[in-house]
Amino acid sequence: MLSSKRLVLAHFWLAFTVFGLALLLGAWQMLVRSPLLAWISNPEWYYRSVTAHGTVMGYVFPTLIAMGFGYAISELALERPLIGQRWAWTGFGLVVVGAVMAMVPVSMGLASVLYTFYPPLIGSPFYYLGIVLVVVGSWIWVALMSLNLYVWKRDNPGKPVPLAMFANVAGSLLWGWTAVGAALELLLQILPVALGFRTTIDAGLARVFFSWTLHAIVYFWLMPAYIAYYTIIPRAIGGKLYSDSMARISFILFLVVAMPIGIHHLFTDPQVGAGFKFMHSALTALVALPTLLTVFTICASAEIAGRLRGGKGPFGWVAALPWRNPMMLAVTFSFVMLGFGGAGGLINMSFQLDASIHNTQWVTGHFHLIFGGAIVIMYFAIAYDLWPHLTGRALTSLGLMRAQLWLWFVGMIVTTFPWHYVGILGMPRRMAFYDFTNTALAPEALPVTISVFGGFLLVISGALFFVVLIKGQLAPKAEAGVYRFSIAIHPPTSVPVALNGYSLWLVLMIGLTVVNYGFPIAQLLALKNTSVPAVYVGAQP
Amino acid sequence: MTLQDNHAAGAVVAARVERKWAMVSVAVIVLLAGMAAFAGIHQATMPQARVETADPTTLHIAGEFVESNLGSALEPDGSVTVRAVAQQYSFTPQCLLVPAETPITFRASSADVVHGFLIQGTNINTMLVPGYVSAIPIRFDKPGDHLMPCHEFCGIGHEGMWANVKVIDKAAFLAMTSAHRRLTCVE
Repeated sequence: MLSSKRLVLAHFWLAFTVFGLALLLGAWQMLVRSPLLAWISNPEWYYRSVTAHGTVMGYVFPTLIAMGFGYAISELALERPLIGQRWAWTGFGLVVVGAVMAMVPVSMGLASVLYTFYPPLIGSPFYYLGIVLVVVGSWIWVALMSLNLYVWKRDNPGKPVPLAMFANVAGSLLWGWTAVGAALELLLQILPVALGFRTTIDAGLARVFFSWTLHAIVYFWLMPAYIAYYTIIPRAIGGKLYSDSMARISFILFLVVAMPIGIHHLFTDPQVGAGFKFMHSALTALVALPTLLTVFTICASAEIAGRLRGGKGPFGWVAALPWRNPMMLAVTFSFVMLGFGGAGGLINMSFQLDASIHNTQWVTGHFHLIFGGAIVIMYFAIAYDLWPHLTGRALTSLGLMRAQLWLWFVGMIVTTFPWHYVGILGMPRRMAFYDFTNTALAPEALPVTISVFGGFLLVISGALFFVVLIKGQLAPKAEAGVYRFSIAIHPPTSVPVALNGYSLWLVLMIGLTVVNYGFPIAQLLALKNTSVPAVYVGAQP
Repeated sequence: MTLQDNHAAGAVVAARVERKWAMVSVAVIVLLAGMAAFAGIHQATMPQARVETADPTTLHIAGEFVESNLGSALEPDGSVTVRAVAQQYSFTPQCLLVPAETPITFRASSADVVHGFLIQGTNINTMLVPGYVSAIPIRFDKPGDHLMPCHEFCGIGHEGMWANVKVIDKAAFLAMTSAHRRLTCVE
């Protein structure tokens, strides 16, 4: 049934390997700037590390997971071999070449601009070219997902597209379009300067282009986790999916409204007026809708599982859930972290409240809780679920898996809650050193120290994750059986055309983007004298 | 009832519960956006509204950000305008002096890369993007000292970019304005 096992495994192994390395960098960064260690003497090492950590965790790791998972879904849900396997390997190759090309200048200290680029700081052109290659490789995946869906629909006219594939294509289209913002920034603004064709750059415009990518990229990271919530978890915990159409509506909403809201990252920026800031703020509130719908549907699906297992009464079904099943633990932890992270996110996107925490350690806490916590723990769950089907060997260390998930959950809470707190105190993020002897900063010393221990827990959890996978790879062969996605309690026999394809929603997605970004971009293009001299980093004296 | 009927009835209930939840969710979101709009319009709490530009290459030699014009200036209407410039890796002035219980506007820009402007213990928090002017209104309730870090990565000296804000009694501040056109902590 899975004819592209090697392809999917290659994506997952590379993804988790670079994740493991970047995890170590993250823990090191937390340690060296905490009160536990003395000043590292060269701050450049810290920013170099942050650039590597962010580039890997933000661009390489989740992209490879989405690609590998996407190829697996295409084969498993459509029940046919992947069309374009050779192209898929080409895409994988581009991601590998791009990642290496980007990481070499970073590790040499020639591109310590952080993964958010921050022009007019300009690093080595190879850093940016490498990232462009990673994105181009992933665009091959985007095209292949739509191609596979198109061919399946042509052969199965009128049949509902399997939910997993429907959602998978939503994620790929979202990424295809949201990556355009950063691509424009890189190709039209940064690369000409990095290559020496120009010496000035409009930093304000660059920030607007980057915001186009910066928010929806989070939803691209989120998509595999949401696909797992809907199409893996209900089956894995012995239940059924509560609603197939609500799932489709949620994914459509993500596709349409996740995109044109990125200016909420620019609330405090001087180059965008208040009107569009408000519009993006209101639309950001709207993107909470698909998440609220998802929380309801998945909790209802868990209730079905609990009742099928004999749970009675308003809360008895909770006790009856399979709590020793790693998948049950993963989804629970993920939801708890999504809840806290989402509540923090409502503050970030608030037109008024954002100013109290903007760009402080709070924000770092927020996105680590959402991405590193709620999303990455589901990446672990996806790997645990797919591994036996990819390797033909069973994963039997259930106890280790539970320990790993518990450690990740506790570690992420211990890491990020103190960050939220010191952010409220006004602690700026991304500094190589804090003078905790200053009486005004002294109250931040203890929470920062606590968070370092959270980082240690995360490293232990990451190591356990590799132990589980490697033990699986070494286990004797065992037939994993047919792979199944969750079945809806009322399986769809036919779905409206609007919920079975994306033409309408793509038009809306692009239209909304043009409305919400067209004016701010046009205004900045029309403004004279806003280009400023580039400041090169890593230049040899 | 047959099993089929049961199934259909169940589907109807499921759909109804789901619709109710969706309506509650939409109501929550409309309420949140409405609150933000109300506070923005009625209390004028909102991010910077206008886009203003300033050429960073001539920032020091022409316009409002020349060095002699930096610091706190008393306006004819009794409010205070504070002008500051950020550059790798310091602010000018390095210590801002402002009066308590007075409407204050901070106007700042960057001479090189993107910097951040945050006054701890307040809601003053903005980005300084070269080429653009950031303007933020504020009122300090009481005298005190605040740290003012740059909160955006601006190069390898970023961790050393901290300034100070000294809030003093209004009368003391006004007394100083008679001797100096622009005020900072060193005067």
